[in-house]
This record gives sequence, C-alpha cells and structure tokens, in this order.
Amino acid sequence: MTTGRETTRRTAPAEADTPYVSPRERAARLLTGRPARWTFAAVLAVALIYAPFYFVPFRNFQLTLVLVYAVALLGLNLLVGYSGQISLGHGAFFAIGAYATAILMYRGLVPYPVTLVVAAVLCFALGFALGVPALRLRGLYLAVVTLSIGLFLQPFLKRFGSLTGGAMGLTIPKPEPPAWSGLAPDQWLYFLALLVAAVTFALVWCLMRSRVGRALLAIRENETAAEVMGVRLAFYKTFAFAWSAMLAGIAGAVYTWVIGFVSPDSFTIVLSITLLAGIVVGGLGSMSGAVFGALFVEFVPSVSQDVNEAAPGIIFGLLIIVVMFAAPTGFAGLLRRLLAVRK
Amino acid sequence: MAEFIQQVVQGLGSGAIYASLALALSLIYRFTGIVNLAQGEMAMFSTYIAWQLVHAGMSFWLALPLTLLISFAGGALIERIIIRPVEGAPELTIVIVTVGLFVFVNAAAGFIWSFLIKSFPNPFPDGALNVGGVQFDFGTLGVLGVVAVVMGVLYLLFQYTKLGLGMRAVAQDPASARLAGIRVGRMLALGWGLAATAGALSGILVAPLLFLDPNLMSGVLIYAIAAATLGGFDSPIGVVVGGLIVGVAETLAGAYIGFIGSDLKIGVPLVIIIVVLLLRPQGLFGRPTVERA
Amino acid sequence: MRTTTRWVGITLAGVLLAAPLAACSQRGANNGGSEASGPCKGQQTTGITKTSIKLGGTYPLSGPASAYGEIPKGVRAYFDYVNKEKGGVNGRKIQWIVRDDAYQPPKSVEEARRLVEQDKVFALFQTLGTPPSTAIWDYANQQKVPQIYVATGASKWGTDTKHPWTIGWQPNYVAESRIYAKWLKDNKPNAKVAVLYQNDDYGQDYLNGFTKAIAGSGVKIIAKQSYEVTDPSVAPQMSKLAESKADTFFDITTPKFGSQALAADAKDTSWNPLHILNSVSASVTVLKPVGFSHVQNVVSAAYFKDPADPQWADDPAMKLYKAKLKQYQPGADPEDQFHAYGWTVAESLVKTLESMKCPTREGLRDAMRSQHDQTDDMLLPGVLVNTGPGDGFPIESMQLERFKGSRWHLFDKVVDTRKEFGPVQ
Repeated sequence: MTTGRETTRRTAPAEADTPYVSPRERAARLLTGRPARWTFAAVLAVALIYAPFYFVPFRNFQLTLVLVYAVALLGLNLLVGYSGQISLGHGAFFAIGAYATAILMYRGLVPYPVTLVVAAVLCFALGFALGVPALRLRGLYLAVVTLSIGLFLQPFLKRFGSLTGGAMGLTIPKPEPPAWSGLAPDQWLYFLALLVAAVTFALVWCLMRSRVGRALLAIRENETAAEVMGVRLAFYKTFAFAWSAMLAGIAGAVYTWVIGFVSPDSFTIVLSITLLAGIVVGGLGSMSGAVFGALFVEFVPSVSQDVNEAAPGIIFGLLIIVVMFAAPTGFAGLLRRLLAVRK
Repeated sequence: MAEFIQQVVQGLGSGAIYASLALALSLIYRFTGIVNLAQGEMAMFSTYIAWQLVHAGMSFWLALPLTLLISFAGGALIERIIIRPVEGAPELTIVIVTVGLFVFVNAAAGFIWSFLIKSFPNPFPDGALNVGGVQFDFGTLGVLGVVAVVMGVLYLLFQYTKLGLGMRAVAQDPASARLAGIRVGRMLALGWGLAATAGALSGILVAPLLFLDPNLMSGVLIYAIAAATLGGFDSPIGVVVGGLIVGVAETLAGAYIGFIGSDLKIGVPLVIIIVVLLLRPQGLFGRPTVERA
Repeated sequence: MRTTTRWVGITLAGVLLAAPLAACSQRGANNGGSEASGPCKGQQTTGITKTSIKLGGTYPLSGPASAYGEIPKGVRAYFDYVNKEKGGVNGRKIQWIVRDDAYQPPKSVEEARRLVEQDKVFALFQTLGTPPSTAIWDYANQQKVPQIYVATGASKWGTDTKHPWTIGWQPNYVAESRIYAKWLKDNKPNAKVAVLYQNDDYGQDYLNGFTKAIAGSGVKIIAKQSYEVTDPSVAPQMSKLAESKADTFFDITTPKFGSQALAADAKDTSWNPLHILNSVSASVTVLKPVGFSHVQNVVSAAYFKDPADPQWADDPAMKLYKAKLKQYQPGADPEDQFHAYGWTVAESLVKTLESMKCPTREGLRDAMRSQHDQTDDMLLPGVLVNTGPGDGFPIESMQLERFKGSRWHLFDKVVDTRKEFGPVQ
C-alpha cells in the first residue's frame, strides 16, 4: 500500500543490457584510460628527473646514451615507420652530426650549444639533398643506396684527416656543468640529453598531430591512395628524410658531448644496422618504439656479454630473432596489442 | 696496355667472387622478396663444415658434395625454423631476423673454430696462364667458370623446368600459387636450400683465395648486394653481370683514378648503382615491378 | 594550453620531489677507500685487498676485429697458473674481468666505466685497439685509474705526457719500422719500396715511422696502396703494387690480409721483391696457409718467441706456456701467437705488480713507469722491459728474422731502438 507522495520507482537495471567485461579488458581499460595515462606520465617524469641523483655515474652514462639513441631512433622511425621509406645508412647522419660537433668543439670555435644547431641544420640540408633522388627509389633499392652511403662514410672520414683527425679521431673536452647548478659532470650531461630528447619528442609529437603527420600516415598506409587524395608525395617524403636526418644529427651532436671522442671506427655500418634493428625491435610507427629500441640497443649487447662472455654475439643474435618471433611489430606493437581495448 | 688488361682481369676475378654470393642472394630474393643479410655467414659456415670434413681426413672431392648436401638441408631447415614463424610479418621484421641470424652464425663460427685463419684446399691448380704478358690465374678462371655454370643451371631451371615454374609462381604471388595447387611451403624450403647450396659453393670457391676465417664473407656480402642491385636481383644473368661490372669498375677506379685511390674505391659501385637505378630502377636485367594500389 | 600547464606542473612536481629524494642514492658510496697510514698514506686502494687484486680489460670479442679476442685466453692461462700454483701475486689472487667492446669506441668507454665504477677494478689491464684506448684514456686519467699495458703499438702511449696513468707495452710501430729502415739503408741503400698498409692508426703509424726514418737516404717509397679492414681481399692492391716493379715490399697488414698479401706476392711470378712483413702478421700461423715454399726469405722482426716455431720446442719457457695453456684453456691453440702474446704481457704485469712499492693505484702507476731491466721468459733473449722518466715505452727492442725452410731464423743482434735511434718523438 503506497502513501500519497510516490516516488517513481526506478526500474532495476536489467543485467542483460550491460555486456560482460572480461578482467583483461577491464585491466586494459584501466591502464589506458586518461587518468592512468597522466599518472604514468607524471611518474615517468619524476623518475627521469630523479634518476641521475640516485644512480652512480656509470648508470647515468648508460641512461644518457639511451636518450641519445632514442632521439636517433625517433628520426629513423619518422622515415621508416611513418613515411614508409627505408634507410640502412642512418648512422651516417648520426656520424655527420657527431663529427660536425667534434670539429667545432676541437677548434673551440663556438660554445657547445651552438654546435647542436649547426649539426641539426647541416644534417637537415644533407637529408633534404638525399631525399630528392631517394624519391625515385623504392624499398630494396633505396636500402642498398643508403647502405652504400653508410659504408662510404668511413673511408671518406679517414681521407680528410686534417679536418676530421683521420683514423686517430678527435678527442674533445666534454661540456662542464655550470657552477651554479651544483651538478656532477655525468648528471649535467644527462640533463642536457634529457632536455634535447624532451624537446625533440615534443616536436615530433606535435608534428604527428598536425597536417604533416596525417599526410605521412596516409603515405605509409597506401601511397597511391594518398596521392589520389591530394598528398604531395615528393614534398612529404623529402621532408621526412630531412627531418629524420636532422634528428640523427642532433643525436650525434649530443653523443659527442657525452663520449668526448669521435673516430671513423665509432660509426661503422654496424651502427646503421643496429639502429634499424633497434627501431624494428622497439616498434615501428610509434614514438614509444624509439624508446624501447634505444633501451634494446644500449642494454642488450652488455646483457649478452654477461650471459656468455666468450661469444656474446651468439646470445645477441638469438635474442634479436626471438624478440622478432614474439613481437613482429616490435615491443610497442606488442604493448599496443596487449592493451588493445575492444570497442 | 698489358697492365691495364691485367687490372681488368683482376677486377673480373673480384667480380666473380661477388657474383658467386650474389647468385645465392638472388635466389632468396626471388622467393621471398627480401635480401637475406645472413647469406654470407651461412656460406661461411658451410665452408667451415667442408674444412672440418677435409681436416678429419676426407678427400676434398668427397667433402664437396657432402657439404653441398648438408648446406641444402641446413638452408631448408633455417627456412622452416627461423623464417616460417615470421612469414606474415612486415618485411622489415624478416630482414631484422636475418640480421640476428648473421650475428648468431658469425659468433657461432668464431666460437667453434676460433678466429685464427685456416688454409683451405684449392680445387684448381696453382699457377697461371700467361697470355701476352697478362696473367690469368687458374684459381680466378676456375671461379669464373663455376659461376658461369651455376648461372646457366639456375637460368635453365627457372625458365625451362616445371620446378622452376613453380618457384616463379610462388615468388610472384604465393596466394595464387597455393590456389593453383603448388605446395608453397615446400617450394620456399627448396628455394632456401638451393640458395644455401649456392652460397656454400661460393664459400668453397672463395676460401682458398681469401683464406678462411669467420669474417670471410662479411666484406663480400656488401659487394654481392651491390652486384645484385646493379644487375637486377631477380635475374641470375643480371647478378653475374652486375658482379663483374662492380669488380672491374672498382679495381680500375682504384688503380687509375688518383683522387679515388684504394681507400675510396668503395664509392665507385655506389655511384654506378645510383646512376643505373635512376635511369633504370629495376637494375640492368631486372623485371620492373608493377605497383597495384 | 591545459596540456602544457599540466606538463609544466608535472615537471615542477618532479623537481620538487627529486630534491629531497636525492638524499637516498647510490652515489657517493663509490670510493673504494684509501691507504690509512704509512708511506703510502692517502693512496687509492680500490680493487686491491690483502688477498686479491681485481683487474679489467676490454677486447673486441665480436665484430670484424674479433681475431684479437683470442688474447685474453693467454692472459687467463697465466693468471690461473699464478693464482693456483704460485699463490697469486705476493699472496694476492688476480681476478680479471674481460668485457667486449666490438672495437667500437663508445662501447669501450661504457665498458671501461662499468669496470671502474661498478666492478671497482684496481686497474684497467689491456684495452685493445688505439681508437678504443684513446676513447678511454682521458677518463682513466681523470679517475686516476692505471690503464696499464695497452694492447696496441701506437707510439702515442709513450710520447704523450698528459696521461701518466696510461702506458703501452709492446714495441711501438714506429720503432719497428725504424729497424727495417736502418737495415735497408745498410744493406740495400737504393731500395725502391712498395708499401701495402691498413688504412687506420696502426697502418699509418708504421707508414709514417718508416717514411720519416728513410728520409734523406737512397731508400725511396715508390708506390703505396691502402686497404680497409672491411675489404674482402687485398689482391687488387697487390696487383697495382706489382706494376711499380719495386724491389722491396713493406707489408703492413694484419693476419688474414698478411696471408693474402704473401699469397699474391707468391702467385705473381714476374714480381719478386724483398718482402718485409710487419711483426703483427709474422706468426707461422699466417705463413703456413700460404705454403712454406712460397714464403722463403721473408723478413720480419720479433720480440717474443713464436710458439709455432720449432726452434723453441725445447725452451723451458715455451714448454711451460704450452703446458699451462693446455691445462687452463683446453681447446686454445698453443700455436696462435695471440695466446702467446697474452701469456707474455700477463707475466710482465705480474712482475710489475710484484715490484710495486705501495699496494695502491699510485703504486702501480709509479711501478709501471720505473721498470728496470724486467725480463719475461717468453720474450726473446736480450729483450727487456725498461721504463723511466722520459721513457714511456716498456719494450723497445726487437730482432730481425728471416724465414727459411719452415721456421724463422733470427739474425743480426737484438736492436734496442732507443739506444740506436733515440727516443720516438
């Protein structure tokens, strides 16, 4: 028996209307939701800033190199992962950036931050110059041409010894931390690398969200279709080449600051192949792939040594193969699949 | 004049070496559309197997066919175990798998047989043919001869046999080939086995000249890739011609163009390739690929 | 805008949080300690205790230069022998950590830093290769860690004065080429020389040393060709050099290419120069694959006993080396000169360690720079290790040898290049 003021009875929710959400799906939604992402970003930022104060200089050195390779891989990703071209000579741009910085610092011509700009501009120009003829080449043939360029760099560097220091290389003084920072040299270099990495990642992030980024993704998916839709292939592909070269050059400049030594032996074709393997293992077509790849490139060879001191190559080669079996689209691709939220 | 011809002969000799490995590369490319970066290392490993057999007392002429057989099996096995799992993956993934294979095989060879150089029996007699002041090394002539024979065999295989037709079908379009009743998996394994055999032959020819060590083929690989690119990856005749051109051009440029000299001569194949590709993107003898959107 | 504000906020939060957290850290706890009292007070004792010494080395165990990765086997055999049969060095057992740098300088830096900061080694013993060692030496000197007996013959290890913690060991390439130059000047004063050299620091050091040493004499270089370590073969270069019709050929190649050059020389019946082979490739293991009959009268110089040479078969030092290598490194080929080199330099290190006045890093640095007539059993008779103020080259003596029959025959006397030519500048 009801009294006067009746409140409308809400119908009980019908269980049949709400679809079943599996625990895995629930976890994936939780992990990829907006609050989760911001928390993750915050934790990452704190960790990155705190790290150099916690770790010994050697570890900071390793982390700094990870940052350097991440920037280089970011560039390669732009070229291979986003615009669908290929380069087996990316190490050459890295080397050019490194040498440009080294030569300038060796002669003490400019303060070291300027060398970064010089390396970036030089590599951008060279990448653009290479990007134009590269338009006519596809896949394998572009790979071979870039491979040859990567190979040619070493003897070229040795030939012009008066400029490059020849086979002996150049030793340069590393950037010193300013007195007011109270930082140790390894920490200062780490923060320099972190700053460069943060800025380049932010730049590429913005780029990919812009018109340029959409054009590149369209090109990657289907060049012919993109062209039909009005994307100027020549412009964007050359652009991708130039940008990727510039990023490699920037990474090379920071490399010189960190290592303090350049020689032709530091930049063999092995570097180019390693970088390509790095981005494929890390995950093409995603920025996190550049980070995963950098971690792989930096740490896996040393880990392979710990496992088998006599022939580290055996473990390293096996690891590459096994990783590719387990994650054909790279770590980033694997992560994406695991966290894929079904709509 | 005799000196110039001698340099040309020298270049042909180098070129024959590049061509021998390039033939193996071209085989894999025809089947899977990728360049097997581990081809050279597989060839080197096969050569070590031959060396081991000879070292254990077997005669060279018995060790040779046995090694070729083992290499065939090895190549097919590698296709099954290492390449098959990543078959559907993006092309670059497969390429990186071959990079991993390269590193692994190189390190394994060094681990098993150490990095000390070993001498390898030369099937061809010592000495040379002297024609008008120009020396034609028997070893070099031998390599050229074998390369020509292998090239001929492959050409005939692809053009005139049912097996070759099946292989070409698989290379062209595996899905359609399967629909037509061709055992694609078997063809692929066969192709890799054949390529491994060609590679083994290349290694056995080259080892007496360059001396056997785990890094025997790593230098040759680059030039073999250049040769195949120049001549067209899918044509046996193309890769051989490409190899000879690369060898001769590089040697002559290094010898006669002072600015280039012996250190920058690696740039010569590069320039040639770029020029040829800009004019004829599929290589000299290659078949142009039609892009379907 | 909101995004940017959020990022700025996060970064600030991070910085504010990081500051106090910096209090707990792994840093600062990395100094190994120092000698408390006595004449060695204040000197570093990281990596050395009363019962152990920890050393670290870097080698190319992978990559194109991996042939040199055989050296550590010889070193290990000697260290095992000393540890197990001699009770160590003055009672201290040697622990030696070897890391792979694949001949890539950035990797060398990383491994050196790992060895010094993480493994806390007493000293870096044997870093192989000039570019890798150059990449490390500033760091080693800043950290005041001895970088002792660097495994390369570059002259800079001895001529440099800014890196007191670093020192080479083997006779430097310049000294060796001076020996050849002098011999030519004395015996073939108008020699026309063709040179094949590896296009890197090693090859150029030899070439420059030779060029300087023959300056002003009748000996002239009439042709030179270089090759890269990544080249498959040196046959094209040899063919070009043959055209010069030089009567002397200076062969600056590493083992595999040495065999190729010897084979090419032998094959070319119209060119028969005097073949001078640099010591790096002068092992019988390089000559044998070419065929002994093809390498008769090749000249080289040596400073330690070649294990593949039958003339040392009954030498007690050689017998010990071969027996111990077999015992502690079964499977390692005793005839590989790299193993013998490793054994010899390890012995030299042990003797240097024994001569330290203070068991500290400074003590080792001073000891390595003040060796007096140190003898090592696998060195040729008459070759001694000597260093002092102004002399940063431990071994500077070599003896010429000629290949006849199936072995090397030493001739002339052991030449002390410092006495003979003065110090390398």
